Amino acid sequence: MIANYGYKDGSGEYYISIDTDKCIGCTAERACLTACPKQMFEIITDDYDDEVAWIKKPNCRTLAYDCSECKPAGGYSSLPCTTACTPGAIKHSW
Amino acid sequence: MNAEVVAETVPEKKEFWRWQESVWIDETKDWKTAKIITCGIDVGSVSSQAVLVVDGELYGFNSMRTGSSSPDSATNALAGVMDKCGMKLEDIHYVIGTGYGRVNVPFAHKAITEIACHARGANYMGGNGVRTILDMGGQDCKAIHCDEKGKVTNFLMNDKCAAGTGRGMEVISDLMQIPIAELGARSFDVDVEPAAVSSVCVVFAKSEALGLLKAGYTKNKVIAAYCQAMAERVVSLLERIGVEEGFFITGGIAKNPGVVNRIERLLGIKAMETKVDSQIAGALGAALFGYTLMSKKAAAA
Repeated sequence: MIANYGYKDGSGEYYISIDTDKCIGCTAERACLTACPKQMFEIITDDYDDEVAWIKKPNCRTLAYDCSECKPAGGYSSLPCTTACTPGAIKHSW
Repeated sequence: MNAEVVAETVPEKKEFWRWQESVWIDETKDWKTAKIITCGIDVGSVSSQAVLVVDGELYGFNSMRTGSSSPDSATNALAGVMDKCGMKLEDIHYVIGTGYGRVNVPFAHKAITEIACHARGANYMGGNGVRTILDMGGQDCKAIHCDEKGKVTNFLMNDKCAAGTGRGMEVISDLMQIPIAELGARSFDVDVEPAAVSSVCVVFAKSEALGLLKAGYTKNKVIAAYCQAMAERVVSLLERIGVEEGFFITGGIAKNPGVVNRIERLLGIKAMETKVDSQIAGALGAALFGYTLMSKKAAAA
């Protein structure tokens, strides 16, 4: 399942997509949990009883601000979350 | 001035936004002979539904406005449909809560997100050909892809702003002083289709609508401009996950042809039709999840 967390407002579209099929039985030892400086990721049991990562609810409405420090303007050349997720489950839309 | 005089002089405030609440029971079925009775309770931000499923088939539902308390809304919704058929809570084998108030349903055995429940409900209502679901809820909007069993394969939710939601339509209904059920039909009664008002913010849309009225637009033309904005808003969400044939709309806005027809026009496909109330999809899906769980338990015993 592709789970898109985020929003669209007057300033643009801000979504983090998580491919939960790649998340089940994570081979990166849930590295996303510690890689994110804002600790936005959390492991939950989804509706189909799979243990997968999601974005914490409050962060879903503030992604543009929460992720800004990890974007190139913040000094990063690659995103910590997508780099840590070696199965390639995490993607940013912006 | 005495109270009686005050009562005469204060004008009655009409609630144009108030939509029709409904209770329905399938009179052809008898729940007393059923093996498994399950219930789904969808406590949404604007409306609450209780759906009864008897041996895997829709038996009855109650759809009403959500109050200030989620537990009370859940209790009242269920009481409404149980009273209609003489059922008691003890007669129901499993209850699943969904919607934004799902964790506050006091008698629920389990909570499941409305995304999974809408997909399951739409699969029942529209058949196993349903692939893309648009849920236009009271205060959020969801785009969902599912497989032939109604299992979610891709979803996107936007709950940051009320544009493209039922609440946005209620705001316009009150502003125009036209009953909400009439908005859709009136939006087609225009000589020229107007450009959309703001599709990203209900507050902006409301002030734009006022400006258009002052500029000489008829009420119908303003409603058409808002319906178009709403359609453009949700289509932009849908395009993010892609639209496949087998397109189904759930939620209260599915009852507004002014929005539905404009969405169909923008997407170039027709939405699938159903005889079941589009507002109960989430609660129906929850009740069906309950039925599957109980069936598995019974098979294992």
